[in-house]
Amino acid sequence: MSEKIVIVGAGQAGLQAAISLRQARFDGTITMIGAEDAAPYQRPPLSKAYLKGELALDRMLLRPHAFFSQQNISTEFGLKAEAIDRETRTVQTSDGRVFEYDRLLIATGAPPRRLKIKGAKREGVYYLRTLKDSDTLAPILKSKGRVVIVGAGYIGLEVAAVARAAGLPVTVLERESRVLSRVAGSITSDYFHALHRDHGVEIRTNAALEALDGEGDKGAVSAAVLSSGEEIDCVAVLIGVGAAPDDGIANLAGLKVDNGIWVDENARTDDPCIWAAGDVANFPSPLYHRRMRLESVPNAIEQAKVAGMNMSGKKDEAAIYNAAPWFWSDQYDVKLQTAGCPDPEIDQVVRFGAIPRSQSVWYVDGSRLIAVDAMNDPAAFTVGKKVITTGAPVSASDLADPDFELKSLL
Amino acid sequence: MHPRLASQFVLMGVAPAEIIMAKITYIEFDGTEHTIDATDGESVMEAAVKNMVPGIDGDCGGACACATCHVYVDEAWKDKAGAVEAMEESMLDFAGEPKDNSRLSCQIRISDALDGLIVRLPEFQG
Repeated sequence: MSEKIVIVGAGQAGLQAAISLRQARFDGTITMIGAEDAAPYQRPPLSKAYLKGELALDRMLLRPHAFFSQQNISTEFGLKAEAIDRETRTVQTSDGRVFEYDRLLIATGAPPRRLKIKGAKREGVYYLRTLKDSDTLAPILKSKGRVVIVGAGYIGLEVAAVARAAGLPVTVLERESRVLSRVAGSITSDYFHALHRDHGVEIRTNAALEALDGEGDKGAVSAAVLSSGEEIDCVAVLIGVGAAPDDGIANLAGLKVDNGIWVDENARTDDPCIWAAGDVANFPSPLYHRRMRLESVPNAIEQAKVAGMNMSGKKDEAAIYNAAPWFWSDQYDVKLQTAGCPDPEIDQVVRFGAIPRSQSVWYVDGSRLIAVDAMNDPAAFTVGKKVITTGAPVSASDLADPDFELKSLL
Repeated sequence: MHPRLASQFVLMGVAPAEIIMAKITYIEFDGTEHTIDATDGESVMEAAVKNMVPGIDGDCGGACACATCHVYVDEAWKDKAGAVEAMEESMLDFAGEPKDNSRLSCQIRISDALDGLIVRLPEFQG
């Protein structure tokens, strides 16, 4: 009898696992269940080119519709998986159907954290995760009023850049003392703070947002109120205060869950028939010797490749997820590429490159390279990523020397 | 085509009449050839992924961030494929097996001038 694999989640990780299963010559049935109506698509442009209207929807799709029939992958888009019964090996969906599996992948991602302050549910308050979110936000860019962005992380700063390019006044409110505080050290924070300031963004750090005000209880948002009592008039508010793993279905099924679904280095959960990958998975990193959960496309792709290969049942030896993490962001004419996981507490060395605004920040712990933030500096990124992967020793004083040849590290 | 996509297609202002097809040939490392019809404005990487040409990943979706869409442009087409910008050049420097006709295919825009383009794929990406 043909084996059955069910994939819950139709994002980057879910799709990649399906691709990898077929590449590994798994010839059983694959059913992909996705809560969103759309076929798997790229999320990064939602806060960049797609939001600007520069990328049509058909170019957002990760694979053409024909791919799914050609690869014999059943798709159930716009359907929510509600429960997993591990005894009967079934997934129940919101329409009352039951899907049997021999092996299951959970790749449900990490939706935005919701802000719980007064007025947070007013019209004109936006979050950004899905196509629908981006489509809803896009008309704001045609208005003239101020946009308030809550949270100076990647999403917030990318939207700030798009809104400035559209000519809108923008205020960014950040609770911490610097932008990108959770994902970068202070040198990189200073770089992006200056970049946005130079493009006319008003950045308020140490800003405590108290409420979102509007007419009456139900009116659209018209001002952001700080704890100091100061009010910032605006026509829209974008909330970008991080994401939380969508691990409810795993928790309900009794799988180990703590800041994401716990998997081992093979992307397998504590149930031998269930795997997890992407933003929702909490995995042990052999490079960093600790558990982590990452929200990034490369993590989703690489971890789902491992899950797909291991779920195929076609490999004698289990694949291990040990790829170096990396991230990218586009803001104005600056491309940030980060290799590794920056730790703000670790000493940082700066190098300047030849391209305008080209700069790299190297996080060095003794002789070990932890991460590199490369702004308009792909060479620094690529060398850094290779060094992090191999664990080759580095010296902070070499890196601080402008004449030092990065290529010599390879 | 999915009905929702069809309507979105028109909304985005891409009327079917404006679409120019160009034939692009991708030659895998083992010599396998794939000739596909590409659409004006999309990139050589996008056309490959859309037509399921193996060996071009395009993990970053065309942001010139990942170097998993590396190709060698046939010498006859090198100039027509357009200039290499500084960011791309720097990414290519560190790609596997770079040559002087190396390009990131996400940075080559398709137009009718590229009808007949031939690109060869490296053994590995990234």
